[in-house]
Amino acid sequence: MSALPAPNAAAWAEAVRRGDLDPLDGVRAALARARQLDPGLNALLHLDAEGAEDAARALRERLRRGEDPGPLAGVPLVVKNNIAVAGWKLTCGSRILGDFASTFTATVVERLRAAGAIPIAASNLDEFAMGASTENSAFGPARNPFRTDLVPGGSSGGSAVSVAAGYAPFALGSETGGSVRQPASFCGLFGLKPTYGCLSRYGLVAFASSLDQIGVFGRGARDLALAFDAAAGRDRADSTTLAEPVEPCVPQLGRGVDGMRVGLLANSFAAGVEDTTQQRVRAAAEALRAAGARLAETQFPYEEAVVPTYYLLNTAEASSNLARFDGIRYGLRAEDARQLRDLYLRSRDAGFGPEVKRRILLGTFSLSAGYYDQYFTAALKARTLVVRAYLDLFRKFDLLLGATTPTPAFRLGEKSDDPVAMYLCDIFTCSANLGGVPAVNVPAGLGADGLPRGVQLTGRHRGEAALLRAAAVLEQALGGCPPLPQAAARALAA
Amino acid sequence: MSAPAAVAWEPTIGLEVHVQLATRTKLFCRCAWRFGAQPNTLVCPVCLGHPGVLPVLNARAVEQGARAALSLGMTVNRESKFDRKNYFYPDLPKGYQISQFDEPLAQHGSIRLDDGTHVRIRRLHLEEDAGKAIHDRGDFGLVDFNRAGAPLAEIVSEPDLATPPQATEYLDRLKQTLRWAGVSDCDMEKGNLRVDINVSVAPAGRRATGTRCEVKNVNSFQSVARALEHEIGRQIAVLESGGTVRQETRTWDEAAGQTRVMRVKEEADDYRYFPDPDLPRLQLSAEWIEAQRAALPEPQAQRRRRYEQALGLSEYDARVLTAERETSAYFERLLAAGSAPKEAANWLVNDVLSWVPPGGGVDDQPIPPEYLAAVLQLRHDGRINRNGGRALLEARAGGDLRSPQELVSALGLETQSDAGALEQACRRAIAAQPKAADDVRAGKEKALGALLGFVMRETRGAADAGKTRAILLRLLQP
Ligand SMILES: [Zn+2]
Repeated sequence: MSALPAPNAAAWAEAVRRGDLDPLDGVRAALARARQLDPGLNALLHLDAEGAEDAARALRERLRRGEDPGPLAGVPLVVKNNIAVAGWKLTCGSRILGDFASTFTATVVERLRAAGAIPIAASNLDEFAMGASTENSAFGPARNPFRTDLVPGGSSGGSAVSVAAGYAPFALGSETGGSVRQPASFCGLFGLKPTYGCLSRYGLVAFASSLDQIGVFGRGARDLALAFDAAAGRDRADSTTLAEPVEPCVPQLGRGVDGMRVGLLANSFAAGVEDTTQQRVRAAAEALRAAGARLAETQFPYEEAVVPTYYLLNTAEASSNLARFDGIRYGLRAEDARQLRDLYLRSRDAGFGPEVKRRILLGTFSLSAGYYDQYFTAALKARTLVVRAYLDLFRKFDLLLGATTPTPAFRLGEKSDDPVAMYLCDIFTCSANLGGVPAVNVPAGLGADGLPRGVQLTGRHRGEAALLRAAAVLEQALGGCPPLPQAAARALAA
Repeated sequence: MSAPAAVAWEPTIGLEVHVQLATRTKLFCRCAWRFGAQPNTLVCPVCLGHPGVLPVLNARAVEQGARAALSLGMTVNRESKFDRKNYFYPDLPKGYQISQFDEPLAQHGSIRLDDGTHVRIRRLHLEEDAGKAIHDRGDFGLVDFNRAGAPLAEIVSEPDLATPPQATEYLDRLKQTLRWAGVSDCDMEKGNLRVDINVSVAPAGRRATGTRCEVKNVNSFQSVARALEHEIGRQIAVLESGGTVRQETRTWDEAAGQTRVMRVKEEADDYRYFPDPDLPRLQLSAEWIEAQRAALPEPQAQRRRRYEQALGLSEYDARVLTAERETSAYFERLLAAGSAPKEAANWLVNDVLSWVPPGGGVDDQPIPPEYLAAVLQLRHDGRINRNGGRALLEARAGGDLRSPQELVSALGLETQSDAGALEQACRRAIAAQPKAADDVRAGKEKALGALLGFVMRETRGAADAGKTRAILLRLLQP
């Protein structure tokens, strides 16, 4: 099996910048590995070999002319297919978009390109990012490279698989309630959900606009920091981006956690959280303590309200955001419709999968006259309480530590018929989206079952630098991304 | 018949007016928009509702909206927000319209009518226009998205109108005010201004209001009056025959001259308004609002009064000069150049405006204000007479681009104010027309005309008529 020329994005860029790695060779290695492994994993929806090779050649020219090729020089990037890249099909994992190709490129992708990154492929996802397993894709589920009968998590499962299986050292996902951190945890990766407003949403197909944020998968804290620094900052095309300049993370990465106050979240040790995960959270706590952090146990209030609040808000916004997929201007259109109403009904019925329909119905209901106050307004109030709870906690602590998910990756089909069980996958992750604060999954090795475990760090608003410093400390202590077990690697290559 | 025949009915009318704001670009994207372009040429991913796009508020549209509100005496809110109004229609690209639901840009204005009626304006909010669905293509429905995203101000009156003529007058005032403020062209032909009517009738004298119907699709001021008359008549007929008026939305059928049911209340849409998460709350500082107020022109009525009272213009001239903002601006430039107000008004109203082509404005005629000001200066200095002034204007209108000063000598328009030369001409006239001269000597002043005419011919019209007359009378004293 062809191995990638560098273990992570940071090392890859360094090799290209030093002249040790030809960008075209690098990109071809990545494409070859994706072509070889993806038939068994279904992580990709589209591979842009030609575009990637052209970009690599252009970068080679820049290097030859002595220009700075950027901090992510030549690093192949996989992009979740709900993020626009001009000329690429933008499916969102749905049938409803048909052959629609975007006419423009998302701001975040533009910025990473400007930093030298080379988009090579679009990845599989739960339809419109609604799901926690990538089973809701209209193009079939992606599979976990550690064990292909398991889900990789979701909704950014395809991006997680791409990085875990080594198609590319880093990838973009999107988060609404944990869609980067949870698959990062299931696939043994670093996964960052930035502060709401740090990364432009321009070009990210909206699911729940007030919660959505583009996130990054990487193979080390430095990978996340490099991508974050290159992508973050005000974008005139997204009025919800923060006006304040974003503090760069890379320069602070090595400063450790000495003196930091870390709150250890008690809910990580509740019933329902499996033992191995509990042990790994304790191990992470010990590692931070050993590095000089001061730890204290704490509680996140309103725990039981978080998941219902999150689902009321995401469904309400989704019901409106997905109204544009109507068969009129682009995408799938029912050809047999005679009336306008029929055209809408049939196109949307044929185009959307069951989970998307469920959420549109739920959201339409909670915004309806007569139910609005009971559901939508109540959820907005609950959200305000979550925001305040974080403000309170971050007066006492610099970071919060806890589990990312209660369990490791589950079997394909295990939760498909039980939406509530699937929704509870977001229990530890969606509060950061409600609060708009940054959070990261840090891999915490494999369990006895050979499956990755992860722990979660949450930071204060715009606190990515502190968050990634702590992630770097844990990377050292817990061993970073676990490699695919030999058996799994052999099985995949076969 | 249950209702007594003698009942008089009193209508209650409120109007919702959608005005397209004059901006170069759309409300939430940078597409230019204008009337009459090729279909679907003024569009981009944002106004087509492509996946992944986001709205960015056009600051100029907020300015224009605030100025519209201030010109109507409204209070501009320091804080307002944008909401999504959700419904499906092919001309609505996103499946929702970005509007302002419960926190509009401005509130509480009024318009006073000639009969003293005080029509309160409840609110003004910003929203994006939809595209235009075209239904007359057989099996196909076509949509033009050029208009999609154009900035609209929706201006909602209180139900303070009682008659169709009042409604028309209100609209006329509204249009005048907004055009004067430069915030909209208010051209109904181009769809710049669209009206929805709310109307109910109740027995006169009782304070109760009846069940309200909404009438949409009314596309001219005349139609507003006709639609109101028809709808009021229809509701009265229903009530007098013992029926009850249903709350419903009706549409005005211009060709048939009647309103028709569009939908009844039970079918009313639930728009599921909620705050648009893509747009931060709109916050305006007190200083910003004051700057918008300062940028407004002097109010039309106030300027008209000033023209009459301070400048001494006739009511007619003052009205003509303040009918359009451009005309008034032209006049103001004459004043700024030092022209005497009455003389300037006279020449502008009687001469310059006669060159305005049908349907055009003062800027569409050929005489620039600087030119007229120079002509007025020549008149003031006594260097030309009225005919000379007209000749100068005609020269310019005919495409002669020389300055009035140059033209005066080139065309020999200089007034013959040299008393000696003029007296010579008068003596020649008396010699040439002895009969007329005798008549004048005999007290028949009418005969003076023939002598004056002779002098004018001799001097090719350059003689000052007043002076010539005085010289002739002196020479012919009995
Ligand atoms: Zn546009």
